[in-house]
Amino acid sequence: MDWTALRLSLELAAWTTAILLPVGIIVGRWLAHRRFRGRGFVEALIALPLVLPPTVLGFYLLSAFSGDAPLGSLWQTLTGGTLNFSFTGILLASIIFNLPFAIQPVQRAFETVPPGLREAAWCCGLSDWRTFLRVELPLVWPGVISAFVLTFVHTIGEFGVVLMVGGAIDGETRTIAIAIYDRVQAFDDEAAGAMSLLLLTVSFVAIGLVYGLAGRGSAVRVR
Amino acid sequence: MSAELTVALQATAPIPLNITLRIAPGELVALVGPSGSGKSTILRCIAGLHRPAHGRITSGDTVWLDTEKKQMLPPQQRRVGLVFQDYLLFPHLTALQNLTLAMDQGSQADQQARAITLLDRVRLRGLADRYPVQLSGGQQQRVAVARALARDPSVLLLDEPFSAVDRLTRERLQRELALLRRSIDTPMLLVTHDLEEARSIADRICVLQAGRGLQDAPPELLFRKPRSARVAKLLGSYNIFRGELVQEDKGPQLRWGSLTLTPGSRWQQRMPGPVTWFIPDADIVLQRSESETPRDGRNVIQGRVDECVALGTRTSLRVSCPAAAATLALDVPTHRARRQQLAIGSSVALVLLTDGIHALDDDGGYREETAD
Repeated sequence: MDWTALRLSLELAAWTTAILLPVGIIVGRWLAHRRFRGRGFVEALIALPLVLPPTVLGFYLLSAFSGDAPLGSLWQTLTGGTLNFSFTGILLASIIFNLPFAIQPVQRAFETVPPGLREAAWCCGLSDWRTFLRVELPLVWPGVISAFVLTFVHTIGEFGVVLMVGGAIDGETRTIAIAIYDRVQAFDDEAAGAMSLLLLTVSFVAIGLVYGLAGRGSAVRVR
Repeated sequence: MSAELTVALQATAPIPLNITLRIAPGELVALVGPSGSGKSTILRCIAGLHRPAHGRITSGDTVWLDTEKKQMLPPQQRRVGLVFQDYLLFPHLTALQNLTLAMDQGSQADQQARAITLLDRVRLRGLADRYPVQLSGGQQQRVAVARALARDPSVLLLDEPFSAVDRLTRERLQRELALLRRSIDTPMLLVTHDLEEARSIADRICVLQAGRGLQDAPPELLFRKPRSARVAKLLGSYNIFRGELVQEDKGPQLRWGSLTLTPGSRWQQRMPGPVTWFIPDADIVLQRSESETPRDGRNVIQGRVDECVALGTRTSLRVSCPAAAATLALDVPTHRARRQQLAIGSSVALVLLTDGIHALDDDGGYREETAD
């Protein structure tokens, strides 16, 4: 068992989820409520990582993060470090790769909240912020939990993009999914099996949690 | 503590508006009009959910909207109690929590006590801990009314509050609102397309068409003396005709086809000439011509029943009068129609009561042939 890789994966998943959760809520709510030109384009852009081969996305990110590209050189000027083959690089890639998982469940949840409910809350004297906290958030909560779990688990299992952008530097970019690949390449089936079982268990529990919560959400407190 | 609500709105788009309203504390005004006449938009303007192009809305000394001074209070600061058409209760909160969320004063215990009192007032004692999905349509509507009252509103707005329930529940809820309103001292505005509903519970009815207030009057006056043919039509009236007024020595006379009718004394002030007139069916007395003789011989016209449809306790009749080349509509109690053996083809005499004959302002909306 490669504990360093596991810790790195958990760290990457925690950071990705922590950054993406507020993004998911803000963008998901915005897409659910606003009708504007180019909305379909924005939605397609967000959904792109779902259909794009990870190596393709990885390739473009690798190019964008390189010192010759505007983003990579800007990062170099600001921090002195590089994005490729660094933890920050795989975090940024992970955030981009997980956008659909963080946004779509929240957006769907916001779409089920009747628009009039917000107006009802305003007429009850609730400010925009209290309306969000007391009315909207409790109603979209199952969507937020889904987004949280899916993003977290998906990050832990991520392989192609991380390998392209980060390589497999021990303690820096070698996540557990890459470690499994390495072990298989080295004919160490025992270690690969142990780590695979761990990922399988974590994924199953997480998905079970999502379905369980979604089921509770749909039966809104009918006892 | 409650104050008068004044509303003046003008807009041309997206929905045309041109209306002035004044509602005293404790007064219930009904806004009636066909779909798309701007009823709900007016309510939304008052609640602060829609901004009209021009307008001024005040509640006592507080200005809620003044487009000239670019002043507009958000809904949160208007103290409006709004009962939405589909209630829009918060589905994740119990009936009690729906009410306490709308309260912004007092401790939590005070709020709970007040919420329970309010639920009592709308006869929902014992259902405080139910979620909206566990309540019937009528119960949800009552929670919505209680929630609207929970803020101690300066105005109570009701947007088609009875449209989403079955007829029996609707009648019960209307009776309850009629009882409840006696203890409410805020101005109340009810939006409805149900004329009977407006007639039975409102102090005044304001008739709207395409966002324009056509007439604002107490129900009885409105139904007996609509201002114009357009208002009469919107109120579902049928008996609208064209005639010619002549002033004679014996008083005003109304020429109608080959008939001459004697209208009420108010007609003395009118200029002679062509006129559109109306008679409410309550002022038409039906007699079987063979068996009864008219009382004073005035305004008696002979006719023939063209249509006779029993609708429960009322029977709807269409009577054609060849001398006037016109058809009159009236309802009679079904038992009377049976006793008099009224049927298609029956000959009848109709007495048009002088006081019921009412001149309408010409508003260009009159089309005799489209009467239905």
